[in-house]
Amino acid sequence: MAKSLFEKIWEKHVVKTIDDGPSVLYIDKHFIHEVTSPQAFTGLNKRGIKVFRPQQVVATADHNVPTLNQHLPIKEELSRLQVDALIKNCAEHGIELYGLGHPFQGIVHVIGPELGVTQPGMTIVCGDSHTSTHGAFGSIAFGIGTSEVEMVFASQCLLQSKPKLMRINVDGVLNKGVVSKDIVLYILSKISASGATGYAVEFAGSAIRSLSMEARMTICNMSIEMGARCGMIAPDETTFAYIKGRKFAPQGAEWDKKVAEWKQLFSDTDAAFDQEVFINAAAIEPMITYGTNPGMGIGVSETIPTTETINDTDRSGLAKSLAYMGLEQGAAIKGQKIDYVFIGSCTNSRIEDLRMVASFVKGKKKADGVEVWIVPGSKQVEAQAIQEGIDKIFEEAGFQLRQPGCSACLGMNEDKIPTGKYCISTSNRNFEGRQGAGARTLLASPLTAAAAAVTGVITDVRELLN
Amino acid sequence: MKALTTIQSRFVPVNIENIDTDQIIPARFLKATTRDGFGKNLFRDWRYYNDDASKTRADFPLNMSQFDGEILVAGKNFGCGSSREHAAWAILDYGFRVVVSSFFADIFRNNALNNGVLPVQVSDEFLQRIFLQDNNTELTVNLEQQTIRINSTGEQEHFDINPYKKTCLLNGYDDIDFLLSNKAAIETFEKQRV
Ligand code: SF4
Repeated sequence: MAKSLFEKIWEKHVVKTIDDGPSVLYIDKHFIHEVTSPQAFTGLNKRGIKVFRPQQVVATADHNVPTLNQHLPIKEELSRLQVDALIKNCAEHGIELYGLGHPFQGIVHVIGPELGVTQPGMTIVCGDSHTSTHGAFGSIAFGIGTSEVEMVFASQCLLQSKPKLMRINVDGVLNKGVVSKDIVLYILSKISASGATGYAVEFAGSAIRSLSMEARMTICNMSIEMGARCGMIAPDETTFAYIKGRKFAPQGAEWDKKVAEWKQLFSDTDAAFDQEVFINAAAIEPMITYGTNPGMGIGVSETIPTTETINDTDRSGLAKSLAYMGLEQGAAIKGQKIDYVFIGSCTNSRIEDLRMVASFVKGKKKADGVEVWIVPGSKQVEAQAIQEGIDKIFEEAGFQLRQPGCSACLGMNEDKIPTGKYCISTSNRNFEGRQGAGARTLLASPLTAAAAAVTGVITDVRELLN
Repeated sequence: MKALTTIQSRFVPVNIENIDTDQIIPARFLKATTRDGFGKNLFRDWRYYNDDASKTRADFPLNMSQFDGEILVAGKNFGCGSSREHAAWAILDYGFRVVVSSFFADIFRNNALNNGVLPVQVSDEFLQRIFLQDNNTELTVNLEQQTIRINSTGEQEHFDINPYKKTCLLNGYDDIDFLLSNKAAIETFEKQRV
């Protein structure tokens, strides 16, 4: 029988199925961080049990860490307590921790792929919704809550019901100035922030195949923003080439064996999907969000929707969103003044993102009055950027290169956007207060963010490319 | 986990769509290492002006004395965004046992069920009917029967729940107990796949 990519992986991981109920699904890799793990460790301790398979758990500190002076003790007491709890818990349970000061530390969804821990065909979970990122390698990867973190600690399994399947096909060639972040923001604007709830989404089509691994991760990262349980892309030569030689990648004969297995991971021609979506890549222009959910996006040359023109899903929230954002129905988004530029987060903080920004800003300067933060996704990305001299380009442009962490993606650590200020951000969520109480977030690609950094206003990057 | 069978109660309406977990509990309140005390920060930025707990927003339903009860009724696509289970903890800690909406985000639904909070998904029409009721109206949620009723009018709707999850909730069991009882099967599975 024809099977989809999702089904092939799922079936290999079902330990047993409860009649009329969920399946016991075996989990290959479990990533943890300081924010969603402490209560799970407490739960284990209360039961008097240890982590069942500590070798399959990888830990890092990212959400709550400062991005300046990481060598100093964390100033904020509660953040420090959480990071300290992680250190203690990992030591007690024999879990490998890439904490502050470790050369592998970084945002959990950046370091997994970068270390070669993330591989095709795996089931991967983390107490973080953007675990969907790892699906770019052809794995079933999804975010879980803290109770579920405790379940995986205790049994290396989860109880899961099989989701419905959706395939989103993106075919054709991208326009100049349009990158993978624009693809995903475009899909979101078409299907809305709840368009894929209940589904596992496979991204396919020629435009997806032509993307690098890092660009594919950006797309899978934001599949949760459509409500999807997970997002995935079938592995191919691009995937294998990316993994090869990484720290935890299979070696020698094991490598060949694995690649042979991975080559079987694709949706058969007749595989059935509950829903299919078709997107024309050539129709996509650089995207920007104007509202307070990631589905509220438009092409940069378009005007903000009105109650008449907006899709049904967002109509009732439009007035509230625009009041929060301080924007007007029907107005152009181009030319909107911005105060902050944040280039970072598990969506866009990899070396290719930094290179993209650097090659655009080389020889240019940031606009007056704009604060620009570049936050690499990991220590390895940071080291690579310095080795390539990208740090110098940023310095000359007046951009601040900070240290790895989630930073201003969420208003949790010290990096917050002040109330009422506009921030063009390469992160994944523009919810009210996401970047700090009252902060106004406009989501965009690194290229569009870099263009705004230089002009001080929302800009169509295509006009600045030659 | 506390068992749940039938809840008869007045309700608190928050008629807003796409309520994400950053609104339910903002990130800056996630620094705790225990599960308790999140209720006081539930919908924090919608409840208070300028993050000041002495400046309540009179127009937010949680601050309106006429609304009360163990049932939260919210607009479509409730609980989207971040996977933080703290959202379910905050709802439970505040005193809600049931959340009614016409659509729930997946991770929130799981997190709620794992903490003894019942997500009741109703049709858009039924949800709008509830919002039209006055503040004295009681709702009855019967998990055994899988029904929700507007007591004053007698209007009733059936809701779906996974049968396994239903048994867990009716009895107050959680998934970890079940998984731990399957250790032998899990170990056999591990051996067979190498
Ligand atoms: S960068 Fe943002 S979205 Fe990604 S893991 Fe950190 S907080 Fe979550």
